[in-house]
Amino acid sequence: MNFVEEENILELNRVVMAFGGLMALSNLNFQVKKGMIKAIIGPNGAGKTTLFNIITGSFPPTEGSVMFKGLPIEHLKAHKIAERGISRTFQTVELFGNMTVLENVMLGCHTRVRSSFLSSGFQLPQFRRKEAQVKESAMKILKFIGLVDKFNDPADSLPLGEQKILEIGRALASEPELMCLDEPAAGLNETETYVASSLIRAINAKGITVLLVEHDMKVIMNISDEIAVLNYGQKIAEGSPQEIQNNRRVIEAYLGSEI
Amino acid sequence: MLRIGKIPIAVFALFIIAFPWVTHEIPSIEHYTDIMIFAGIYCLITMGLSLLMGYTGQISIGHAAFYGIGAYTSAILTAQYGLNPWPCIIVGMAISAVIAVLVGAPSLKLKGHYLAMATLAFGIIVYIIFNEEAAWTGGPDGMTGIPGLSLFGFEFDSVKKYYYLVWIFVFAAFIFTVNIIQSGIGRALRAIHVSEPAASAMGVDISRFKILVFVYSAVLASLAGSLYAHYLNFINPSTFDLFFSIKLLIMIALGGMYNIWGAIIGAGLITFLSYEWLYYFQEYEVIVYGAILLLVTIFFPKGLVGVPGIVKGWFRE
Ligand SMILES: Nc1ncnc2c1ncn2[C@@H]1O[C@H](COP(=O)(O)OP(=O)(O)O)[C@@H](O)[C@H]1O
Ligand SMILES: [Mg+2]
Repeated sequence: MNFVEEENILELNRVVMAFGGLMALSNLNFQVKKGMIKAIIGPNGAGKTTLFNIITGSFPPTEGSVMFKGLPIEHLKAHKIAERGISRTFQTVELFGNMTVLENVMLGCHTRVRSSFLSSGFQLPQFRRKEAQVKESAMKILKFIGLVDKFNDPADSLPLGEQKILEIGRALASEPELMCLDEPAAGLNETETYVASSLIRAINAKGITVLLVEHDMKVIMNISDEIAVLNYGQKIAEGSPQEIQNNRRVIEAYLGSEI
Repeated sequence: MLRIGKIPIAVFALFIIAFPWVTHEIPSIEHYTDIMIFAGIYCLITMGLSLLMGYTGQISIGHAAFYGIGAYTSAILTAQYGLNPWPCIIVGMAISAVIAVLVGAPSLKLKGHYLAMATLAFGIIVYIIFNEEAAWTGGPDGMTGIPGLSLFGFEFDSVKKYYYLVWIFVFAAFIFTVNIIQSGIGRALRAIHVSEPAASAMGVDISRFKILVFVYSAVLASLAGSLYAHYLNFINPSTFDLFFSIKLLIMIALGGMYNIWGAIIGAGLITFLSYEWLYYFQEYEVIVYGAILLLVTIFFPKGLVGVPGIVKGWFRE
């Protein structure tokens, strides 16, 4: 349904993540094709968030490699990976609550536009120009995600649904090529879930590859091109939504009564 | 918290300009201009600390050391080598910057409050050096013969002249700091304070920014120390002890560390308390500071600048 290319934007090869004795991920091979919406599902504790943390550089994997656009990134710090073009949201909202909605998105522009300490402190003309540019592009994103009316509200005053949307907006501000969304619909009501999944589709329509962890099967089946299923740190199935829906191992391990 | 209005800044500027002229007319507070020089010097330090602690969320218990490094660099280079004070002030700031990187970098790269421990130890070590390296520092007796400041033949040789000199520096640093707070760098600092995982996921190089602010605050403290030395023409180690580092923390806690105005208000109040109003308490002064810190943290966690907000809240109820 989308312009999915043959080229892999992201490739994990034999990734192992051990927390002490606990194998959160074991020998995981995983690819994401450029332009697709790929979903990861699996029961709680399966290692989905750990996978995101490794991709986005929160910590390096115990073993294995992560290739983004053909280059290894598993040794890079989180902010370097953000500069390369991967952005993320968090399972539990990690907004900058004391900052305004607009400032949150402006912070998201940090990878693209920045001023030096001295030019910021002295308010040199180039600083003012950049600041205006950041503000303008942040406002554009707020329009896109539908929060432009609340641009001046403190982020923590928004209802959860809008906080989740704002977090996506902030992640969008870095103009990433790959977005990792960790349970964007968790805790949302039906309307909010609908808004969130439409937004994810609109983001994908801009050509941004989306990697998605989600429990809401309706969202998953509706928007994803491909699904991978994790269980106890291992990939137990991978395929199109139809294939996954009919996979016996998946039904046993995870879907159970839901389908 | 972000927008710092132009009107309060203008009012504040007028207050500072008028202060010596008004107090001069009232004999009982004539000497307040002198005290305001110290208040200004402390403001330089607390503004940097406010950026470091309030905005970025990093704790330093060793800024007296940078204050002392500035003072002693100025003192040694001018009194012992006869150099012009201005380059010495800049050399002091440069030395403080380098030391701040050396002390800050290892501890700021770690998560948690390692900076607090490192700066505590650093402050104590520097204090010992001031006392022990008597050949350089004069030891516990301190150093005399530090020249005053002059610029293009203009001598800052009266209280009023030095007052304006110090407060010009305070204003310059204030405007610079306000600009930083309201820039992308300020956003990044506040982001680090709230959520390091989110800040770094958005491309903020956390250790770099923490080190940057730590260095900035150290450089301001060093400048303050030099201005102190050239004003009093005499320094000794006791000015730069651990208690002074703690006093700085009390200043920003009292004023409110989440707001740059808090740094100014806190520094001003504590200066007048210790130089004037607590004079009769003598050694019991420390107890008063302890009580202030306790009361503020319990009842006004945002400091005095947070009080209007609390009062507004009462009226709404
Ligand atoms: N930083 C960590 N330290 C120790 N154990 C962790 C850490 N992060 C995750 N884990 C463990 O790894 C396993 C996978 O967790 P997680 O990736 O959060 O699962 P999911 O997101 O699929 O629910 C869990 O058993 C969890 O307790
Ligand atoms: Mg998770």
